[in-house]
Amino acid sequence: MSTAASLHQSRKRKNGVMMMLCVVAAGIGLAWLALILGALLYKGLAGVSLSVFTEMTPPPGDAGGLLNAIYGSIVMTIIGIIVGTPIGVLAGTYMAEYGRFSKLTTVVRFINDILLSAPSIIIGLFVYELMVRPMGHFSAIAGAVALAILVIPVVVRTTEDMLNLVPNALREAGTAIGAPRWVVIRSVAYRAALSGIVTGILLAIARISGETAPLLFTALNNQFWSSNLNAPMASLPVTIFQFALSPYEEWQQLAWTGALIITLTVLALSIFARSLTGRREDK
Amino acid sequence: MSAVQEALPAVRSSRDATVRRFALTDAIFHATTRAAAILVLVLLGGVAISLFAGSWQALSTFGFSFLTSESWNPVTEKFGALAPIYGTVITSAIAILIAVPLGIGIAIFLTELCPRPLRRPIGMAVELLAGIPSIIYGIWGLFVLAPFLQTTVQPLIISMFHGIPGLNGLFAGPPYGIGLLTSAMILAIMILPFITSITKDVFDTVPSVLKESAYGIGCTTWEVTRRVVIPYTRIGIMGGVMLALGRALGETMAVTFVIGNAHRISTSLFAPATTISATIANEFTEAVGDLYTSSLVALGLILFVITFLILAIARYMLMRIDARTGA
Repeated sequence: MSTAASLHQSRKRKNGVMMMLCVVAAGIGLAWLALILGALLYKGLAGVSLSVFTEMTPPPGDAGGLLNAIYGSIVMTIIGIIVGTPIGVLAGTYMAEYGRFSKLTTVVRFINDILLSAPSIIIGLFVYELMVRPMGHFSAIAGAVALAILVIPVVVRTTEDMLNLVPNALREAGTAIGAPRWVVIRSVAYRAALSGIVTGILLAIARISGETAPLLFTALNNQFWSSNLNAPMASLPVTIFQFALSPYEEWQQLAWTGALIITLTVLALSIFARSLTGRREDK
Repeated sequence: MSAVQEALPAVRSSRDATVRRFALTDAIFHATTRAAAILVLVLLGGVAISLFAGSWQALSTFGFSFLTSESWNPVTEKFGALAPIYGTVITSAIAILIAVPLGIGIAIFLTELCPRPLRRPIGMAVELLAGIPSIIYGIWGLFVLAPFLQTTVQPLIISMFHGIPGLNGLFAGPPYGIGLLTSAMILAIMILPFITSITKDVFDTVPSVLKESAYGIGCTTWEVTRRVVIPYTRIGIMGGVMLALGRALGETMAVTFVIGNAHRISTSLFAPATTISATIANEFTEAVGDLYTSSLVALGLILFVITFLILAIARYMLMRIDARTGA
């Protein structure tokens, strides 16, 4: 009896210890997020001023801002999205609508998932071999293409998932009134899956706006204002990389401020994206 | 009556025209979506081919010794990938060792312990860790974590293990703050959300009857988790770990900041080192000479092959779990 009781006690104790450790693990995870965001706010906010958004990146030792880097990031992100989104949506459409059970879909899904988590620096090397080397110089357009390649797998994945959630009865209703397949897809399936597809695009924007590695040797960087797509262009992440590793205090401060800007943008985008689909699930 | 009969062919032909138009536009749309899907395959193929073509010069010059040589000398143009491969493997392995218990712990917390109203916010907070761009981890690691490790943690560990043979080699040298262990810690934070969310997802696939019957015979929460949930979801967890490993192997910017960029293999975890991706990020734009550039692309090819294999295995395992729940 007493051994049974002590066994019971020891099992209870073990359970308590393990569950405590799980709580600690969750605490560590949350603490890490808090530490990173705290440091960003503390170091980044100190440098936020109007000149950050109105002045060019400065030479060492001078005051300045991040205007050309912010502009470059926005331009390349927009081009990346404009190029990548239609391809991603169309591929996702094929997988969910025309070829839902085809072999091609299975293969594309597998390859797409691998592209989704492939190292982005590899994509940078690919675009370097594909565009930069033949053209002979770094350019904003090469950077945008690299970002577009990163957009595609994210959009493919969400588009397929969201279209798969659209009830078949809706499609059947569309077909029953004599609409051809592509009209049903356009006016019924896309409409029903719209918020999910938009979520995918937002997540893709969030992902590429913080990407650095694929831009390092495609768009390179530029200390000056440049709107020429065929020339190197500055971007916020690459500027942060360069400034943070520099020995100059003003540059390091700008790097922190830029990091704060990117992080807030990315987190706002991903929270907004999640809230879009979150509401769907609750319905 | 006769008027209708006269009009019939016209109606028919206009109907046929409409049907033909519908069929044609549909065929065009079908072909367009199919082409987009095939483009995804072409992309991956293109990556493989271009990396292979770009690294051909280095591979044909150095042959197999590229994989086994430790020298990395731009002046004499002797390049070997051993040091970056070593750094990549060691940092990823330590990151996995740190992140897997933490991630599984958080998943258990979220599925078994956490009060229901807090589940969504805490789960989302952990997932936000995945959304933070890697360059942010880099700058945080360099300016916040590394100085802290350098002044506080590393001197303590070095003096602690000083007299212990075997371990004193592992934790030796001056405390730089940056190095293998710091990179591994940053990587661990970065892959934690992937492990957590996949583990949480596969935990949710355990039929509640299984858990209830274990609770019914008097098991504690830990025993249910250990004996029922984890064995049932083993493949899925492994898939999540492999996926996280794939991420850790390819992570670039965060590691570039804190690894120290030293092309040498050291037994100490505190020593500066380098990884494949950090080497490419640091040296690519400064590489002069075709052989140097080609060697860096060859490093990229090695990374691509390793991550492709790991990610393929991960996806295969996760697909098996999906197939089981789908059935």
